Amino acid sequence: MANALEIKHLVKSFGDLEVIKDVSLTANQGDVICIIGSSGSGKSTLLRCINLLETPNSGEVWVNGELIKMGLDKKGQPQPTDHSQVDRIRTKLAMVFQSFNLWSHMTVLQNVIEAPIHVQKINKTEATKQGLELLAKVGITEKANQYPSSLSGGQQQRVAIARALAINPDILLFDEPTSSLDPELVGEVLKVMKSLAEEGRTMIVVTHEMGFAREVASKVVFLHNGHIEEQGAPDEVFNSPKSERLKQFLASSLEG
Amino acid sequence: MDFFELLAFGDTGWGDEMLKGALMTVLVSISAMAIGLFVSVFGTMSKMSNNGFVRGIGNTYTTIVRGIPELLVIYLLYFGLNNAVMGIAKGVFGYDQYIELPVFLVAAIAVGLISGAYSTEVIRGAFLAVPKGQVEAAKSVGMNKFLIFHRVLVPQVLRYALPGLGNVWQLTLKDTALIMVTGLVEIMRQAHIGAGSTHEPFVFYITAALLYLVLTTVSSQALNSAENWANKGVRRA
Repeated sequence: MANALEIKHLVKSFGDLEVIKDVSLTANQGDVICIIGSSGSGKSTLLRCINLLETPNSGEVWVNGELIKMGLDKKGQPQPTDHSQVDRIRTKLAMVFQSFNLWSHMTVLQNVIEAPIHVQKINKTEATKQGLELLAKVGITEKANQYPSSLSGGQQQRVAIARALAINPDILLFDEPTSSLDPELVGEVLKVMKSLAEEGRTMIVVTHEMGFAREVASKVVFLHNGHIEEQGAPDEVFNSPKSERLKQFLASSLEG
Repeated sequence: MDFFELLAFGDTGWGDEMLKGALMTVLVSISAMAIGLFVSVFGTMSKMSNNGFVRGIGNTYTTIVRGIPELLVIYLLYFGLNNAVMGIAKGVFGYDQYIELPVFLVAAIAVGLISGAYSTEVIRGAFLAVPKGQVEAAKSVGMNKFLIFHRVLVPQVLRYALPGLGNVWQLTLKDTALIMVTGLVEIMRQAHIGAGSTHEPFVFYITAALLYLVLTTVSSQALNSAENWANKGVRRA
């Protein structure tokens, strides 16, 4: 069976600045990969290259054994050659953002059922039923008909997770999902994420939550200056780090 | 004659004429606003294009129309459009008689182009005000460009654009006063005619002012309701 996700020799630059330098990474079905590293190490960019919110300069992204086809545009810039393929693969790769990004003109429930209805053409009754189940799962049923602006950050992020789950993705991408939350709201979001990991979902999580990574990850990847400095089981990475940089990083993040 | 006799309805007074003028003002304003919104869709697309030439067209339009007095735009179009049509008629069909375009049409186009230049800026600003994350979230669940445009962008752009467009509407409504120079009998032209034939300019101009005030007040109330509707889900600070 094909790997859920395979990244081969990915390179991404912004102008002259090379942010991701030849990164390869594989996720099997059911893996929870936590990507850690200091800010500016390229963690979020790497994640955003997977669903092509950023276009990699070179390298390959394979999802469920399918290669995302890339080519060059008229100016010689890398571009996906088949936009409908990208749209289709994105429904396999739901993303949860640091700043939630719930659609502000839609209610909580409308946010959740938008893509099932309009992208996946599921009928409204069925989508609403599933949407309400997902909202129950993340514990927000009573807010279904409110607008996102009346919810707390933690509630908004749980809705965003329900919205991501609603398209029934194979892989969930989390881009620092708790970084813009007040400390007392972090727990409720991590709890939902942990339960998803326990269900056996494949997850790629960019995070600063070392406790979560240690407890939930099947693999921890330490990114430094755009390349993978060290990776392994959480036990190895956190308890016996080999590289000097990882040791420094862990020391400073434990202080913080 | 006192105020009320002057503005009586029927053969003796000017009341019904002034109301007809007001109706004409409303009709021209609505047509001009509609033309303006139509133009501004293309204006916005052009100004936000990646192609430098296309962007240049949009920028030239808004720069010229916003940079010269409205009255001048109206004169230029009034004479320019007529000449252009006659030129085409002569060149293509060999018809060399004088052609006069319907004044209403010219007036609506002239004020519409002015209105469109301002609407373009309002709509472009509204597009830029939509947070990037709203579109990224739509991409991340597999929405294509068309879905992103009409499910996410349009409702949000409308929300940000409505206050500005309300402003443009009021300007458009008042700009129609300038088209009296083309001879179209709207509020201003009618007041001018009444003032001239009765030698009671103040009575007619104060009536014109009141009519404009009624129109702007009623329409700004309507726009407020539209804004409230579009702002559902927005928490007020």
